[in-house]
Amino acid sequence: MIEARGLTKRYGDTTAVDRATFSVAPGRVTGFLGPNGAGKTTTMRMILGLDRPTAGEVTVGGRRYRTLGAPLREVGALLDARNAHGGRSAYNHLLCLAKSNAIPRRRVDEVLDLVGLRSVAKKRSKGFSLGMGQRLGIAAALLGDPGVLMFDEPVNGLDPEGILWIRTLMRRLAREGRTVFVSSHLMSEMALTAEHLVVIGRGRILADTGMAEFIGANATSHVLVRSPQAAELARLLAGPGRRLEPAPDGALRVYGARAAEIGDVAADHGLRLHELATVQPSLEEAFMRLTGEAVQYHAGVPGAAAPVPPGSGA
Amino acid sequence: MSAPAAAAGTGPRRDARRVRFGHVLSAEWTKILTVRSTFWTLLAGAVVLVGFSALWALAFTASFDQMSARDRATFTPMLPTQVAYYFGLVVFGALGVLVITAEHTTGMIKTALTAVPRRAAYLAAKTLVLGAVVLAVGIVVTFASFYAAQGILASKHLDGSIGDPGVLRAVIGGGVYLALVAILALGIGTLLRHTAGSVVLLFVVLFVLGIAGGFLPSTWGDTVNKFLPSNAGGAILDPVHKSGSLAPWTGLGVFAVYTALVLAAALILFERRDP
Repeated sequence: MIEARGLTKRYGDTTAVDRATFSVAPGRVTGFLGPNGAGKTTTMRMILGLDRPTAGEVTVGGRRYRTLGAPLREVGALLDARNAHGGRSAYNHLLCLAKSNAIPRRRVDEVLDLVGLRSVAKKRSKGFSLGMGQRLGIAAALLGDPGVLMFDEPVNGLDPEGILWIRTLMRRLAREGRTVFVSSHLMSEMALTAEHLVVIGRGRILADTGMAEFIGANATSHVLVRSPQAAELARLLAGPGRRLEPAPDGALRVYGARAAEIGDVAADHGLRLHELATVQPSLEEAFMRLTGEAVQYHAGVPGAAAPVPPGSGA
Repeated sequence: MSAPAAAAGTGPRRDARRVRFGHVLSAEWTKILTVRSTFWTLLAGAVVLVGFSALWALAFTASFDQMSARDRATFTPMLPTQVAYYFGLVVFGALGVLVITAEHTTGMIKTALTAVPRRAAYLAAKTLVLGAVVLAVGIVVTFASFYAAQGILASKHLDGSIGDPGVLRAVIGGGVYLALVAILALGIGTLLRHTAGSVVLLFVVLFVLGIAGGFLPSTWGDTVNKFLPSNAGGAILDPVHKSGSLAPWTGLGVFAVYTALVLAAALILFERRDP
């Protein structure tokens, strides 16, 4: 169980995390979703006692991290795969961590097997690929068999097989009754893994809710309909409580009507339909709608920017 | 890759085994022994202390016949080792710097402080392990440095014995001095968090200051000079107490106070800063 109350971190004039209050419960995967620069890593660093909050506090299992007696046996964290001395072998890196928390040596072999690094255990970690480094970080997180696990962007640098592996691992850890808190800016990844969501934008917590509720509250389903007589169909469908949007490829998106109703209207008027499908809203859609204004670094709109250089002729 | 089905056993467990300071010490011990830079730095320090001592003894015996009686009178068998210390100190200091700055530059510090969140315990364990390693190696290397010089000095019958007054104290005290230098360097590294910057500052404190002190005018200059870090610490290497320097153990004590002050400042900042 992780609980943050009014958690705030300021660096001079910039507020990285702004009065964040949320809790992460055991037994499920909680996604920590937000655009780059929203404050995810800073929040996680404060949970781990690495950064001191400017105000507010955060506890793990009811205690502040810095007061934990054997922190690795309570909380396992993957922050950045490169947080290891490259000159030390994978085995020795884990051995140092194990010793500091009175974790038996055999557990080092266990986690090396678990993440699939046994064959390179004696190699110095500076030669590791990003994916191998990520696995070493995950091994360190699992070392103390902790009840709380945190992963900051865990799928970065992993190949498809690795991504599937970590997804399965996180769900399994949650099923075992552990608290699993995983950050990502990748919507598709989050939709597949997380059951609960904490959404952050510009340092503020925007939502702390179940995945389904989040999508339901921030995006609505619609019907995609394609017809060679689209204009006529649109005229017939228009009405109170309904909204029609043209899709880029000539299809229509109809909000506020069920597929059956649309099919009936078409049949009654002898209109041909080439496609009729109910579209469930995506996490991405819900997220974009919620954080539209909270994104810190807006990308330039392609095609809209780029002024014509003078003298290039027109 | 093994299946996640083998994941983490039977779920969260609460282990009753308490973590004590001894565990942190043992982790730091493993850390210092499992990076190659420790071995190379200590080897470089040994080469400098033994090599310069032998070189200086060679040069001294070669020019002994042309020396004035006064120059001959100031010679002690410990002198070659003392000269070698000028150059060797910074090398042993570099190990102290690396022990902490390498963790900052690699990011290891973040992992390490999640494992041991009590900053004071962390820094204390690092200090003790570093001190013990450099003390042990330092004493052995100082003995080697002394004997290497005596072997060469024997050709002119200038060699001394470890049993001569003050020599054993100088050799063993030299090892303590090296350990303190390494700990001072650890403090500087903790303050600056940057390898090159810390080594340069250490060089200024140990080498440049000691030489610059010699140019200070009048009697207050002499007083300041005695208390400069490398002059105070170096007093332990003199078998006989020379005028113009502090008494051996007093000098080493003064150096220990400097070390303690730097380490205390380092701890205060270490507690406050986000890694």
